Amino acid sequence: MDWNVITEYLPLYWKAMLLTLRIGWIGVALAVLIGLMTAVIIHFRVPVLRVVFKIYIEIFRNTPLLIQLSFLYFALPKIGIKISAEVCGWLGLGLLGGSYMSEAFRSGIEVIDSVQRESALSLGMTNFQVMIHIILPQAFSYSIPAVVANIIFLLKETSVFSAVSLIDLMFRAKDLIGLYYNTAECLTLLVVFYLIILLPVSILGTVLERRLRYASFGT
Amino acid sequence: MQALGLDVLFKGSNFLRLLEGLWKALGISLIAVALSIVLGILFGIVMTVRNPVVKAVCRVYLEIVRIMPQMVLLFLVFFGTTRVFGWNLNAEAASVIVFTFWGTAEMGDLVRGAVTGVPKHQYESAFALGMTKAQAYLTVIIPLAIRQLIPQSMNLITRMIKTTSLVMMIGVVEVLKVSQQIIEANRMSSPNAVFGLYLTVFILYFVACWPFSLLAKRLERKWSN
Amino acid sequence: MADALLKIEHLRKSYDGNVVLKNINLKVNKGEVIVIIGPSGCGKSTLLRCINGLEPIQGGTIKLDKEIIDSTSKSITKLRQRIGMVFQSYDLFPHKTVLQNIILAPTLVQKRDKKEVIAEAEQLLDRVGLLDKKDSYPRQLSGGQKQRVAIVRALCMHPEVMLFDEVTAALDPEMVREVLDTMLELARQGSTMLIVTHEMAFAQAVSDRVIFLDNGDIVEEGTPDEFFNHPKTERAQKFLHTFEFEHIK
Repeated sequence: MDWNVITEYLPLYWKAMLLTLRIGWIGVALAVLIGLMTAVIIHFRVPVLRVVFKIYIEIFRNTPLLIQLSFLYFALPKIGIKISAEVCGWLGLGLLGGSYMSEAFRSGIEVIDSVQRESALSLGMTNFQVMIHIILPQAFSYSIPAVVANIIFLLKETSVFSAVSLIDLMFRAKDLIGLYYNTAECLTLLVVFYLIILLPVSILGTVLERRLRYASFGT
Repeated sequence: MQALGLDVLFKGSNFLRLLEGLWKALGISLIAVALSIVLGILFGIVMTVRNPVVKAVCRVYLEIVRIMPQMVLLFLVFFGTTRVFGWNLNAEAASVIVFTFWGTAEMGDLVRGAVTGVPKHQYESAFALGMTKAQAYLTVIIPLAIRQLIPQSMNLITRMIKTTSLVMMIGVVEVLKVSQQIIEANRMSSPNAVFGLYLTVFILYFVACWPFSLLAKRLERKWSN
Repeated sequence: MADALLKIEHLRKSYDGNVVLKNINLKVNKGEVIVIIGPSGCGKSTLLRCINGLEPIQGGTIKLDKEIIDSTSKSITKLRQRIGMVFQSYDLFPHKTVLQNIILAPTLVQKRDKKEVIAEAEQLLDRVGLLDKKDSYPRQLSGGQKQRVAIVRALCMHPEVMLFDEVTAALDPEMVREVLDTMLELARQGSTMLIVTHEMAFAQAVSDRVIFLDNGDIVEEGTPDEFFNHPKTERAQKFLHTFEFEHIK
């Protein structure tokens, strides 16, 4: 292992990691929003929209992100929709993640709804008030383990961004290997930087899950 | 048709080539799935062992797989082995190794979850009825565990098929790569081919994955009560 | 007699063709305590749920003070504010403290002044002996304590009628008493109450009138003394008999 090579590459990887982090977390935030919205719409059986969102979930859950991104970035411009590579990253991650998050939230909403909706209704609350004040706050904490697992999954998925020519960690590693053949150094840095991105989330997930196991819901 | 570039699809043997590409990806995932199921069941049983050393080793393996993107694992195996061991691994073999390494861990965790997820009172009532350990496992525990396991492994298979799309990034000529080649070859005659072809690839992957998802959902619902 | 507070006429309720309530007619006067008993599956809980508009009905009318209760109408939330309900399962909101549980609906739904509601909630909690638990979370309470808080939560809305749906059925035996005592106290103060219960001794003590429901019909109706000591119908006799045991030694 050549330490000079490592220190030389470090800034390049650092920059690539910031890009991965930025797109990754914006994508995660979008995914949470889309997932919540989808879960609520499907739960309330909103006519038409419900079917649309169900189809959306099936499509995005059953196709690879790499293909989704390629389609957004390379194919859509041909019908006049031009999206920058970075926005493609947000959208791809947000839509893919939203389809997973919605399932996580939906099971949370269903569990809480079945035990709490009626007692909230009997106090004279409207359906909307019940959703906002009673069900969503609890469904959110109920869904945390699944949501954290999805966040880890999404942050890992960012590794395909180089396919739409974003200069992320994978792009950096492949590029440098191709140019200088410092394979060992390049791969080590790659692993280290992904650990920096993912290890904290994974640890946080374990801690949260352990804490939630002691919190009781319903009875 | 022309505007959307779908015409290219039916030119010559293009569609057939796409299907061949898809088959390449599916073949890799099917081999990996088959290996992962067998090894995963073994790994899952090993994980239920109470020995702390065994437990720790399993845990580390599982965490590595959980944290590292499959792309990174592919790079490590594909580029790394050449460097460290001097092997000249081809991309397909590297892919099978990586997906099996990953799938075994995931499958193992599902098996562990299914076996330990059978409620304790099920064991107790089986024993209370005078069953031997073998009888209890064969007639009560394993059937119950399988009901939890099968829908989840269907979902894992979907994920493995989807992840196979990554092999293109280490140079396997699968369906996305084939479509890129076709697009390149028809750049002049049909500049919009990219739309039609990528749409087709999108649909092909969907068709490959959806049945497993549907089956998983169906079985989950059937066995939930 | 003055007009009844709650008036049910020809109520019919079915789930996908299964008739649960056939033709229920019932008047509840202000300050009256009515106990509804009957074998499981006879439709007692469904009746309460219909009164609170939690179930759509297939025929007849339910009126609270001349206003029709219709689960599908927009005004249902207004009516539900006037009808308190306590359920069998502990249904406190686990993400809120005892006090927050109680003041949520009065402040959010009735838009009452928060300070005033808190003062009232504390007073009510004090009455049921749980003032020191006001900042606890539901998971820190026993089943009996949870049910008493649930009763206070409903009371704080100033309901005109209180519905109790087997509120002690999920409790350990030693906790049943404290909840029943709370309900007895309410009855003594003149609350209008409809109670579904399996506690026969309590039913006899608390009620002004007993309704015996079987197979979706009101089979018998009378004062507790009439019903428990001299049941007229064979079905009521048979039902009451299930609570007795023969000595075998």
